[in-house]
Amino acid sequence: MIFHHFGAYVLLLKKVFKKPEKWRIYIKEIFHEMNEIGVGSISLIVIISTFIGAVMTLQIAFQLVSDLIPSTVIGQINRDSNILELGPTISALVLMGKVGSSISSQIGSMRVTEQIDALEIMGINAPGYLILPKVIAGVVMMPVLVVIAIFCAITGGLIGGALSGAVAPNDYIQGIQGGFNGFTIVVALAKAFIFGFVITTVPAYKGFNVRGGALEVGQAGTQAVVIGCITILVCDYIITALML
Amino acid sequence: MIEIQNIHKAFGDNIVLSGIDAIFEPGKVSLIIGGSGSGKSTLLKCIVGLHEPNEGEVLFDKQLFTDMTFEERVPIRREIGMLFQNSALFDSMTVEQNIVFALDMFSDMSKEEKLDRANFCLERVNLKNTNKLYPAELSGGMKKRVGIARAISMGPKYLFCDEPNSGLDPATSILIDELIQELTEEYQCTTIVVTHDMNSVMGIGDYILFLYKGQKFWEGSNKDMLQSDAPELNDFVFASPLMKAAREAIK
Repeated sequence: MIFHHFGAYVLLLKKVFKKPEKWRIYIKEIFHEMNEIGVGSISLIVIISTFIGAVMTLQIAFQLVSDLIPSTVIGQINRDSNILELGPTISALVLMGKVGSSISSQIGSMRVTEQIDALEIMGINAPGYLILPKVIAGVVMMPVLVVIAIFCAITGGLIGGALSGAVAPNDYIQGIQGGFNGFTIVVALAKAFIFGFVITTVPAYKGFNVRGGALEVGQAGTQAVVIGCITILVCDYIITALML
Repeated sequence: MIEIQNIHKAFGDNIVLSGIDAIFEPGKVSLIIGGSGSGKSTLLKCIVGLHEPNEGEVLFDKQLFTDMTFEERVPIRREIGMLFQNSALFDSMTVEQNIVFALDMFSDMSKEEKLDRANFCLERVNLKNTNKLYPAELSGGMKKRVGIARAISMGPKYLFCDEPNSGLDPATSILIDELIQELTEEYQCTTIVVTHDMNSVMGIGDYILFLYKGQKFWEGSNKDMLQSDAPELNDFVFASPLMKAAREAIK
């Protein structure tokens, strides 16, 4: 069953990456999707990342700080945790819930109301027209969102630490500047790119293959989010194992 | 002209169509009729390529459609207009955007030319000044007419209608039937309509294909139908007392 779905997913992707009928229309759609997927998610990412950063600071301070460990470590751990894991992965999981369910239900509704059939009758490559702009928007905007998430989480850590008194701002800033390895950013962006692909293609596959009515469209949305989240976590492990 | 030869279609063990042959001529309204589950919509979907038949051939003006790849089918598909049972309008687009969508995709017309074409198509279906409305703001009959306007936007050579009268009041149904007949004559297109509306059958049926349990049971014109003695056909077409009385009166 898994192999059947994986095969169908690959075949759908093959259709998605066929040459577009008219680039001008696709580019318009890509910008529209970048706005929907990227700009539309910024506020959510900012709020979640800022709080995660603040909470992380408090928890690291609670668990690690002793007379033998300098408080600058808090900033350092917070920075690396957010760049390598929390920034990309939590953002991806949150976006899978927001964007993934939306993509699945949008395409699923089009399937059950025969709008996809209408596209195919016109001679339009429906997978290409409906999914390709979302995929391009996803892989372009996800790294941008992850960079914003990392920045907000580190800033949130600074604010959280200062407000609670867990770490002095100067120590925290000294910590985030110390021992920085630029390759961690490459890992984060690689994760963001792959997650952007998963967030758009898995729900699109589920939506594209809906059969039935409104109930099935809802079920496909739920399944898309669950499968997408698991896929993100598996990809997270693989990328981490390969790159670090 | 559309020719179908020996069409077979099954979904798993469920045989829906077996050995259907027919010729649909241009400039005529051809109807596919039959009871629920007789395979009408499946046959239409096999003809337009939404379903692939398990066996048999579909020819559009002698071109073997069934053996073509998606890319090879595109030139033929650009000549197809289709009205779906639930209209299948793109609900995130306005009426005007729905109509110019195919023109945007496949033509090099200027914005003004496309707008003129959209207005012409809307005028043709008696829906002036609805350009900026969304499908959700339209009644069932208006949606069908926008569906027709979209179907004729590219000047179709083949027109397909899946249950064009379903869910409509009798007066609107007649309007839609008349519109389909007029457009068929105007564009000299090969029109295939799937219906179980008996008013349509008697009103616009130049050629009627009656399916019974997935097989071609009868074919002919609406006039031939009145003379038919086939009980399965008569039980379907003249099921209501009104239709029986009308038949007797005409006879």
